[in-house]
This record gives sequence, C-alpha cells and structure tokens, in this order.
Amino acid sequence: MKARVFITLKNGVLDPQGKAIHHALEGLGFSGVNDVRAGKLIELDLADGTKDSDIEDMCRKLLANTVIENFRIERLEDA
Amino acid sequence: MKSAVIVFPGSNCDRDLAAALELVTGRKPAMVWHRDSELPEGTDFIGVPGGFSYGDYLRSGAMAARSPIMRAVKDAAERGTPVIGICNGFQVLTEAGLLPGALMRNARLSFVCRPVPLKVENSQSLFTSNYDSGEEIVFPVAHHDGNYQADPETLDRIEGEGRVAFRYMEDVNGSARGIAGILNETGNVLGLMPHPERVVEPAHGGTDGRRLFEGLLETVA
Repeated sequence: MKARVFITLKNGVLDPQGKAIHHALEGLGFSGVNDVRAGKLIELDLADGTKDSDIEDMCRKLLANTVIENFRIERLEDA
Repeated sequence: MKSAVIVFPGSNCDRDLAAALELVTGRKPAMVWHRDSELPEGTDFIGVPGGFSYGDYLRSGAMAARSPIMRAVKDAAERGTPVIGICNGFQVLTEAGLLPGALMRNARLSFVCRPVPLKVENSQSLFTSNYDSGEEIVFPVAHHDGNYQADPETLDRIEGEGRVAFRYMEDVNGSARGIAGILNETGNVLGLMPHPERVVEPAHGGTDGRRLFEGLLETVA
C-alpha cells in the first residue's frame, strides 16, 4: 500500500524559495503568475493495513514541522 | 564545570565548541556520540554544536532532534541542566521542542557568513550574566537556515517574558523581530544562530563570546 504526504508551508509563512521561483518564472517571460509556494512530496510504501492514524503520527513526529508546515495525506490504494 | 558536547554525523563546530569550553573551564568536555543514550554521570552543561547534522536532510536539525541522545538531553534540560544550541544546535533544539519556533531558509536565500553586531537583550540569564543589558557585541554567523519564525502570539510571549537573549542590529536573515537567540521558559536552555565559540581569544579577532562561557562557568560551577 502506498501513500503520499504533501507538506506545505502554512499560510502567512514567508517562502523565500517560492518567491525566487516566482521571480525566475517572470524572468522567463511567464506573466500572470500571482504567487508561488514550494513544498515537499514524500512517498511512503507501507505495510497493508497501516492505519490513517499511524501515518498522521509519522507526519506529526517527523515528516512535517507543524510550527510552520501543514500536511495532507493521500492514500493510493493498490498502487 | 563538567560539560558535554553532542556530536552528530555532519557536526562541524563540535571541536571549536570543545576548545572554547576547555579554554574557559580548564577541563576537556566529554564528546558524546548521537547514538549514545546517556550523558556522562555528573554532566552539568550540554553544548549542541553547529554544523550540518545528517546533511540537513528533511529540515535542518530534524533528524538530529530524533536521535537517541536527545532523549537524555531533554531529560537533563527538564531537570535544569543548562543547554546551549549554537547554529545547527539551535535548529536541533527547536526541532526537538526544547525551544519554540522554527529556523527557516534565509529570507534572501543566500548563505550568510560574516561577523554581525548583536544587542544583548537580557543580561539576567545563566548565559548572559557577564554582559550588560543593551550592550552591543559582535559574534560571527555562518548559516543558510537562520530565519527565526514563530506565530505572533509566541513572539509576543517570548518578548514579554524577556526570553529574547540576543537581537541582530541589522537585517541578517529575515528573522522575525530580528531575533538571534532565545531562552526557554525556565531560562536554562539557550539557542542562538551566531557563534560565540568562534570569538573566545584575541587571535579570533574578538573575544565577545568568551564572556558567555565565563558567565556560565561562574553560575554553574
């Protein structure tokens, strides 16, 4: 069983990397980009039957720093 | 003073910190490996050094904060043992939950490596008793992730409780309210991005950092 964890910066937390990407896009001539936020994607290959609460625990204890980051879990059944 | 310096894979200021501690206390600190689960008996000061523990994987300090020795560091901190986290050590202490907030990528994305002027905001702590309140001192910084951030309520609380130990006198990395170093609630844990251990003898170009360790020695020993 596979799961994906998306880690994003909380609203209001300055994202210098996102800002730099934004400027680079504008430099390449892409207009109309209002904002860019960069995050992380972590793919987990898990034993069948791993509970949602276990994955949430992994996120809170290590994968995300909940002071500055949010996480979202997506399960990929039988992937 | 019986001190211990924690060593993680990727620490690179551990020996500088050990040299500074030996110079000031006259005693070599114990170098404690991250996989150990206990500190030497009678340890009365713990240093978490700078560097790039675990290659800064996931987030700076994230892996080190979950290594076996940190359980012992947390227990000691809860019992009141003074703990200092410098640079990567500050990142480790925030990741371990011993200090509030987080250290993010510098606001202009560049690695900053230079001496910076700091204002001593609180001269009443274990670590700052040898400075005057409001005094200007110079410590070098060398970091990529030194941008201190916390939610506004946390920032108000630590300011109100006098827990900002050092503040940058210019914008170095985008830190909220120019915060360079903070204390925990009980005042026995200090985290700071600048490096006091790099300014302890005249050949270093300054000795402002020496007084931090001397002050600590006077209070602890």
